Amino acid sequence: MRILFFFTLLFPLVTHAADIEYKLIINDHRFQPVELTIPSVTKIKLTVENQDATPEEFDSHPLNREKTIAGHSTATIYIGPLVPGRYTFTGEFHEATAQGVIIAQ
Amino acid sequence: MFGTAIIVFREVLEASLIIGILAAATRSVPNSKRWLSAGVLAGLAGSGLVAAFTDVIGSLASGVGQEIFNAIVLGIAVLMLAWHNIWMSSHGAALAASAKSAGRNITDGSSECSILLVIVGLAVLREGSETVLFLYGIAASNDGGQSSMLLGGMVGMLAGITVGYTLYAGLLRVPMRWFFAATGILVLLLAAGMASQAAHFLIQADLLPSLAAPLWDTSAVLPENGLPGMLLHSLVGYDSRPAGMQIVFYLTALVAIFIGMKWVARPRQAPIKNNDIKITCP
Repeated sequence: MRILFFFTLLFPLVTHAADIEYKLIINDHRFQPVELTIPSVTKIKLTVENQDATPEEFDSHPLNREKTIAGHSTATIYIGPLVPGRYTFTGEFHEATAQGVIIAQ
Repeated sequence: MFGTAIIVFREVLEASLIIGILAAATRSVPNSKRWLSAGVLAGLAGSGLVAAFTDVIGSLASGVGQEIFNAIVLGIAVLMLAWHNIWMSSHGAALAASAKSAGRNITDGSSECSILLVIVGLAVLREGSETVLFLYGIAASNDGGQSSMLLGGMVGMLAGITVGYTLYAGLLRVPMRWFFAATGILVLLLAAGMASQAAHFLIQADLLPSLAAPLWDTSAVLPENGLPGMLLHSLVGYDSRPAGMQIVFYLTALVAIFIGMKWVARPRQAPIKNNDIKITCP
């Protein structure tokens, strides 16, 4: 386990390959755009900019992703490659309004 | 209010179950509750700090600082749980005896006591910081209805604590001869589940390959946002759509800790007399 742990410490040194970037904005507890179409065959870098003053949690069980985003800040989430289909996501802290879907094609 | 209760419940549940299991596992260690409580307090203080610096942590390492932070916290927790479990298997027989009769004081368990503090502290820190942020968001917004949402938060918190306490009370009813095996298995699965979660964060940060994502999809049968899925997620690391790498981490932790437990519990030439040992926390 100890070896495994030290091994994981080395991973931040691994450099990223060039990523295709997509962007979501959170404003007034809503995602913009509500629907985002991405290629399914590749990994993408999704940046989520929270323009609200309050924190939000990007949460998607279908994508197996969750990330807290502080007010007035931007987060990076890596997604895919995916099986083509619809993947819903929510802002868990404001689930009534913060809803969106990623369409992988 | 209901939505708030569920969010807070989900966050509190995991820490609460961990505390419940550890409190039961160390039932016969005098003063262990004191160390567990200190862990909760340290974790709560840490939660406030982490919540306050969420934007700073998040912006580290080109935007994946939060994932790295979570993975490190989980990694430390896995090591501590491994240590705890291996330590318990080497002293299990003695502990079982001292739970029945008052043994004489020989072995000092102070390192084990600080391990308890760290495990509980980290569990509360990780789950607590999200709860703090969430409740802060409610308090800071001017949407109205804050009091009903904060009430929901309280309900969720109490429900989470109740489940952890129920597990604790249930474990105490397990007969002594099964007791250490039962808590040992629970801690083992807890640690493996955390290793899988650590891998999940490193994949999300693109620092680890997913291998296969998802390896399977059981979200239709046992969704993670339902109560059974939620409990299984916290207890044994259940994931309805795990990546292959998560399973690699899960099994590696499981096997490594299991071998460690078996190795220290192997029969020795000069067995320690059970009633000579009593472990005490200062």
